[in-house]
Amino acid sequence: MGERFTIAIVGSGPGGLSAAARAAERGTSHVLLEAEPHLSNTIYRYQKGKYVMDEPAILPLRSPIPFAAGLRETILGAWDDATARLKVNVRHGHEVSAIQRRPDGVFDIRCGNGATFEADAVVLGIGLQGNLRKLGVAGEDLPFVQYQLDDPDAYEGETIVVVGAGDAAIENAIALAKQNNVVIVNRKDEFARAKKGNEQGILKAIEDGLIECYYNAAPERVEALSAGRKPGRMILTTEKGRAQILVDRVIARLGATAPRGFVEACGVTFPSKDPASVPAISAQYESNVPKLYIVGALGGYPLIKQAMNQGYEVVETICGDVVEPADAPLLKAKFASLQGFASLEQALGQIQRSVPVLSHITPLQMREFMLDSDIRTPADGEVIFTRNDYTNSFYSIVEGEARVAIEGQAAPVVLRRGEFFGEMSLISGRRRSATVTAGPNCVLVETPRRSMNRLIASVEAVKREIDRVFIVRAIQSRFAPEASVAQLAEMAEGATLKRYKAGDIVFQEGEVGDCLHLVRVGSLTISRNIGGRDVVLTYVAAGNYVGEMALMGESRRSASARAAIATETIRLDGDAFKRLLNRIPVLKLRLQKEYKDRTAANLAMQALPGGGDIISFLMAQGAGEATDILLIDESLCVRCDNCEKACAETHGGTSRLDREAGPTYADVHVPTSCRHCEHPHCMKDCPPDALRRAPNGEVFIADNCIGCGNCERNCPYGVIHMASKPPKKPGLLQWLLLGRGPGPGEAPYDPAVKKDGQAKKAVKCDMCKDQAGGAACVRACPTGAAIRISPEEFPAYAQSRR
Amino acid sequence: MHASFLTHARSRYLWIALALCVASITAYVWHDPGIAPNGGTWLGYTLGTIGALLIVWLMLFGVRKRSYASTLGSTLGWLSAHVYLGTALILIALLHSGFQFGWNLHTLALVLMLAVIFSGFFGVYAYLRYPTLMTRNRDSATRDAMLEEVAEIDQNALALADGIAPEIHAVVLRSIQNTRLGGGVWTQLRARDGSDLAIAKVRQAIAERATQSGGAGKPLQAGQTLVAMVDFLAGQTDDRQTEALRKLIDMLSRKRALATRVARDIQYQAVMEIWLYVHVPLSFSLLAALLGHIVVVFFYW
Ligand SMILES: Cc1cc2nc3c(=O)[nH]c(=O)nc-3n(C[C@H](O)[C@H](O)[C@H](O)COP(=O)(O)OP(=O)(O)OC[C@H]3O[C@@H](n4cnc5c(N)ncnc54)[C@H](O)[C@@H]3O)c2cc1C
Ligand code: HEM
Ligand code: SF4
Ligand code: SF4
Repeated sequence: MGERFTIAIVGSGPGGLSAAARAAERGTSHVLLEAEPHLSNTIYRYQKGKYVMDEPAILPLRSPIPFAAGLRETILGAWDDATARLKVNVRHGHEVSAIQRRPDGVFDIRCGNGATFEADAVVLGIGLQGNLRKLGVAGEDLPFVQYQLDDPDAYEGETIVVVGAGDAAIENAIALAKQNNVVIVNRKDEFARAKKGNEQGILKAIEDGLIECYYNAAPERVEALSAGRKPGRMILTTEKGRAQILVDRVIARLGATAPRGFVEACGVTFPSKDPASVPAISAQYESNVPKLYIVGALGGYPLIKQAMNQGYEVVETICGDVVEPADAPLLKAKFASLQGFASLEQALGQIQRSVPVLSHITPLQMREFMLDSDIRTPADGEVIFTRNDYTNSFYSIVEGEARVAIEGQAAPVVLRRGEFFGEMSLISGRRRSATVTAGPNCVLVETPRRSMNRLIASVEAVKREIDRVFIVRAIQSRFAPEASVAQLAEMAEGATLKRYKAGDIVFQEGEVGDCLHLVRVGSLTISRNIGGRDVVLTYVAAGNYVGEMALMGESRRSASARAAIATETIRLDGDAFKRLLNRIPVLKLRLQKEYKDRTAANLAMQALPGGGDIISFLMAQGAGEATDILLIDESLCVRCDNCEKACAETHGGTSRLDREAGPTYADVHVPTSCRHCEHPHCMKDCPPDALRRAPNGEVFIADNCIGCGNCERNCPYGVIHMASKPPKKPGLLQWLLLGRGPGPGEAPYDPAVKKDGQAKKAVKCDMCKDQAGGAACVRACPTGAAIRISPEEFPAYAQSRR
Repeated sequence: MHASFLTHARSRYLWIALALCVASITAYVWHDPGIAPNGGTWLGYTLGTIGALLIVWLMLFGVRKRSYASTLGSTLGWLSAHVYLGTALILIALLHSGFQFGWNLHTLALVLMLAVIFSGFFGVYAYLRYPTLMTRNRDSATRDAMLEEVAEIDQNALALADGIAPEIHAVVLRSIQNTRLGGGVWTQLRARDGSDLAIAKVRQAIAERATQSGGAGKPLQAGQTLVAMVDFLAGQTDDRQTEALRKLIDMLSRKRALATRVARDIQYQAVMEIWLYVHVPLSFSLLAALLGHIVVVFFYW
């Protein structure tokens, strides 16, 4: 067998490197195995000159390797120096392909290059970037086949085949086409997976003959040529048979394989199938495989400093020293408002015991949960949140009680110790449906959306419990004033969760209706087939129900319901619903009235020629997931760009809105501007959780943004940009009278500032939440062309346009 | 939902302006100063003060429009009031003057005011008419996208022409150099781009080629269409070249259509902006004249 070490560390990211450095400092025998020829590939691959940030600022650093906010180059340089100084035993070019724990407890480690090692303990710090997917055909490793592209301008006059149909492939192909002869190979017959802008860009380039595209084609093999002008050729299988392209270069952008498969092969189990779930690890970062530790992003800690601290702590643990985790003081501070706990562990245990939904999670998850959460001790009668607020945090009651005032119900519902609330807005992404006030001796744990979602994704039992309560409460809030909890229990019993993709049919016109649906996430459009054409009648947002018409009047569906975006509904059984109605005549009367109103509204819409077309158009622009969208009436817009100027002027000089870009239908223009989505895609992958939602619904970026650009990539509407802080601008009078600085709405121009490595952060529309008067774009429009509306208003809006 | 500055807040400011007018007329008719009505009577002073304050306030719109963080009403509300109260100013100023005109500073101020107001009327007309025209003309493309496409066609046409013959290449090159979109105020407003000239030149070049290549077939007729001309050439030159020529003409026509759209786009935008270059400077002269008028009245009357 191969060389033997006490600790083998896999991956030299901040987590792995810090572990190895600590081992070296302690003189423990160790090896650091890194696939790449340099350290810390994730950080190595940041953009040149990127300003790396050291969030969370309050967390102290514990590592023999230095780290402070600064330029990528400075940080990597310091790490190289420290690695050399501490004599860290690093082996580059060693991609670990298998880790196996033998019965005697020793790990066998095999590398892709054939090297093998033995170790008593393994620290896995391979991050989340995964391995770039290769072509998977003969010749995939030839020197002219590459899987990354740093600088498209570095190539000129070459014939380049780009393989892939995602955003990266398209962006590369378009950038390369400026100076090269580019062929793009797409497995499918469309580019639907890419963002709208990219899709349009590539289709146009293909149409213009700038880029040649092989649709429904796949690489068969790549070969090096010794004679001729080109170094190689690529053989493709296409619908019409084989094709050969002589190439200078092949660039394959096929995404990365998530590291999960490899980690599972090492014996580590994941708690659920959800791709967002992270392996369960102990408070000492040990996985279910004894002596196999997981640090850094792979374990669910997406920031550099956290990863470095964990690397340090893990080595201390392996060497038998007890360390208090670096975040312990932070956690302790959280409990400062609570008295009578001897230790942190006791306090955490106490909370877990009092709140059943938290009883299923591991101690480390509990720590993490509490680190992100806040303990609140509101006074009796204090309002926790107000109905119609857009906040989305989750509350668990540790002590005392809370009162939930539901619209239309005289007495508030009292929730007691161990129960939770706030799950409705968390799940639906919509406004709070009730006002909650604190009762006597109330102690709450408030958890932000991201941590709660992560917990729901990682722990099946938590998800089940929250879903169960959600269903009961959703039914209650809909039918409760008339029906009692016991009467509703039967319906809740038979309720099931249904999931739909955008465009899926929930039910079809003419079918026999046997159920109704409560929309829980997403939204639906209701349409009817008129003269062979699907005419949209209305839009149904989360929190509303559909399908009751067929259960109350006719037995067939009078219209079709279709998911406008990814949608989840609670399906309620029709028979149980009918029984409930028969038992409670008041409820029946109320629903009948609502039913009449809806029918009348539908008829009004139907009578309008093309009335629903505007709704269809808006849905096609993704407006179905918006909470607030900027629309411009192009028959009023005089193109003065005052809206953009106002935005720039109130937001440090960069406009977050591009008025001109965007589609138009029947004079309704959807500019490129944030729609403040119900479930913002931009929030998905933000390491410091800097994307937040304010009580009025504004999705904004907090100051702790580290400028990683994930949100820019994740937003499908292209409304986030990276920008550095502009210099201060002289006032309007100074500009008018003295000509000082840039004028109103002009971009700040100061070449000196642009050059130095200023921290670039993400900027986006915050709907002017800090402006006293509200959205500046709308208020600055002199002609009334710009308005902001929410999707609930779409039907009325469509009618007003006729 | 969307409401224009004319219908904003159910045309609130229209009603206010009308009320102001009715009140002024009533007062004017009712008031009998004993002499011919003029600015010196108490009603004259009152109307004059209202008018002067209105003018100052109307000018302040330019400041409000640029105070993006201001919470003092919306820009839309301001413009709505600006338009209606500005129009009411005609009546107020005329009543203030008691319809006494002369070749003097006072009448100059009045004329300037009317000029500002009527330029404002043109602005309203432009704001109501041109946005829709512009939208139709753009047909969902942005101007940059159209310009890019023009540039692309130019490149492709040039490459194609290169393969045909040097003189065709020269013609296309000249046509590209001659295409000027935008340019001076006058060109912007005229909406011409010069592609017509280019096509005419290519046409001429083709014709010349035809005659040069030995008048074997029928002689080329003067008024023939381009396509007919290419067909005519087909009988004489080799097929590949004909195909290329056909493509070239196709490209140039496409470019002409596009360039016309861009030129029209620029024209519309220019119309929507240009009147402000009359409205605003005139309003500053008006302010100066108004000051003069007041000073003269108070110190030399
Ligand atoms: C663009 C961008 C900007 C960011 N900016 C910041 C910032 O400013 N501040 C901040 O705190 N965080 C930032 N982050 C997050 C930060 O980079 C990560 O949280 C951090 O790198 C995670 O560290 P890690 O040790 O878990 O793994 P990684 O840094 O991902 O390192 C994993 C290492 O393992 C190696 N490896 C993988 N598989 C194998 C294998 N099988 N065998 C051997 N080696 C392997 C890889 O080559 C790599 O070197 C940013 C992230 C991105 C993408
Ligand atoms: C004496 C009377 C008036 C004065 C002094 C005056 C002055 C001004 C000023 C200073 C501006 C600001 C322009 C800018 O900064 O961009 C303006 C804009 C404007 N005015 Fe007037 N104005 C007067 C009367 C009118 C009238 C009667 C109308 C219409 C009936 C009118 C219509 C407009 C319009 C449409 C704008 C442009 C708004 C915009 O695009 O932002 N004005 N005026
Ligand atoms: S930035 Fe994009 S994803 Fe985020 S809320 Fe706005 S539109 Fe939605
Ligand atoms: S806000 Fe965007 S750029 Fe900033 S840290 Fe979050 S995901 Fe990265």
